[in-house]
Amino acid sequence: MDTFLQIVANGLMLGGLFAIVAVGLTLIFGIVKVINFAHGEFLMVGMYLTFLLSTGLDVHPYLTAAAVAPALFVLGALTQRLLIQPLMSARDEHVQIFATVGLSTALMNLALLVFGADIANTPAHGVRSQVMLGEVRILTGQLWVFGAAILLVIALQLFMKKTRTGRAIRATAQNRAAARLMGINDKFIYVLTFGLGAACVGLGSSLIAPLYPTSPTIGTYFVLIAFVCVVLGGLGSIPGAFFGALVIGLVDALSGFYIGSDLREAVVFTIFLLILILKPSGLFGTRMTQSHVSP
Amino acid sequence: MLEVKNVDAGYGSTVILQDISLHVEPGEVVTIVGANGAGKTTLLRTISGLVKPRTGAITFEGKDITKLEAHDTVDRGITLIPEGRQLFPDMTVRDNLLMGAYCRHARDYQDDTLHEVLELFPRLRERLDQHASSLSGGEQQMVAIARGMMARPKILMFDEPSLGLAPIIVSQVFEVIAQVAATGTTVLIVEQNVFHTLKAADRGYVLENGRMVLTDDADALLQNDHVRQAYLGI
Ligand SMILES: Nc1ncnc2c1ncn2[C@@H]1O[C@H](COP(=O)(O)OP(=O)(O)O)[C@@H](O)[C@H]1O
Ligand SMILES: [Mg+2]
Repeated sequence: MDTFLQIVANGLMLGGLFAIVAVGLTLIFGIVKVINFAHGEFLMVGMYLTFLLSTGLDVHPYLTAAAVAPALFVLGALTQRLLIQPLMSARDEHVQIFATVGLSTALMNLALLVFGADIANTPAHGVRSQVMLGEVRILTGQLWVFGAAILLVIALQLFMKKTRTGRAIRATAQNRAAARLMGINDKFIYVLTFGLGAACVGLGSSLIAPLYPTSPTIGTYFVLIAFVCVVLGGLGSIPGAFFGALVIGLVDALSGFYIGSDLREAVVFTIFLLILILKPSGLFGTRMTQSHVSP
Repeated sequence: MLEVKNVDAGYGSTVILQDISLHVEPGEVVTIVGANGAGKTTLLRTISGLVKPRTGAITFEGKDITKLEAHDTVDRGITLIPEGRQLFPDMTVRDNLLMGAYCRHARDYQDDTLHEVLELFPRLRERLDQHASSLSGGEQQMVAIARGMMARPKILMFDEPSLGLAPIIVSQVFEVIAQVAATGTTVLIVEQNVFHTLKAADRGYVLENGRMVLTDDADALLQNDHVRQAYLGI
């Protein structure tokens, strides 16, 4: 029983970690309608920035989020402005997918060039120490990630529902031409949203860096899992991505223990394929009425 | 107030509008009538900035707006209530209306305007927290008009406000348009419902195959032989 509880706790903590990566991905997809295949590399860039800042300035890695999240915002905003926006009028939407795949490869190779293939270990500053919750052992850093993921989801929901800019973002996603007729600068909204989605993963990277060694390819693993969470939660749904991430975290941990750790990913991706076939709108997804085609 | 001069416009390589000129003076109710496919929607979109003219010029209050983006023309006081309503389906009626007041000059008056607009559309008050997509067609048209008014426009353009509505709702829509005009807002209406619209308007233009073929006072157009034959079936 204790083992089971421990595995469930591990799964939930892992889910929180996936969630903090997945939230930005689903935000960008839901509004800009672009699957950002470079999202994992955004995470990787954020983790290297966290590593550099926390070792260079000798500060707690969490503090670097104050610089890393804005830096990632700029990276995301520039990606939309300089890469995606010029391609938005392209007839074939696949062009945008290739563009983000290209960016992903470019960033990965840039990291290899700058940092080499060696891993970088961000100093833990105590977040790798264990706490006991009843019978269950958890790293304090995992708890922080989990809490941050919940806060991020709530903050984003409030922003989208209660602020003028948030409403403008939703309006643009639901009917781009009508949004323009309201006086909304749609191009600006896309740049802003891409920046916000990247800033979310920037925040995540400062929290994840002290828990995982950073390498140029770290993003690949996370982005694939995050993509599964996003599909499971219903493409574009922020709370959906969160709960999808918890489910995937649990599946990952349970299958790793009961089926075998080599097969964890096989199980996760089998579930992914089953969802795509049986319920493509996701477990929590609603109908998508959104289009970015300006008629 | 609004002047369109020798404008050509279209989509891609297709030219739809050719050598279009029209003007609207402050406080007027002007209509553009024409058959399906004549280019009415394209013309309103061109004025709004959703479609860019190839040649010609559009001025508003003496300033050139030919090259402005759609979101900039709204800030100048030009609001289009688009054909087919184009609400934000997954937003509440309230949020749809608040989006109407997004533009700079309307923001600060948002709550007052909402109050005024709801006086005009008392039925929307009960619907404020419902999703726009759950409303009937007539109610959705009312939301679209109310949303347009939330922008506090100087000129309000209606694209086929009666399209697909039951006759009794059509009359209500035209009553509302009359009320909008009575507040001093300049109105430009595009319609296939020629009789109703000419009754409501001061002046009219007839658009055929992308060209303006006729313009006169609305009363005169109602008596015009061509209009009677082609549009009123008399
Ligand atoms: N987005 C578009 N792309 C290409 N052609 C269009 C588009 N919208 C309308 N058209 C064409 O332009 C012509 C005029 O259409 P429109 O302006 O909608 O006319 P109306 O509003 O008078 O019915 C039609 O022949 C229509 O097929
Ligand atoms: Mg039309």
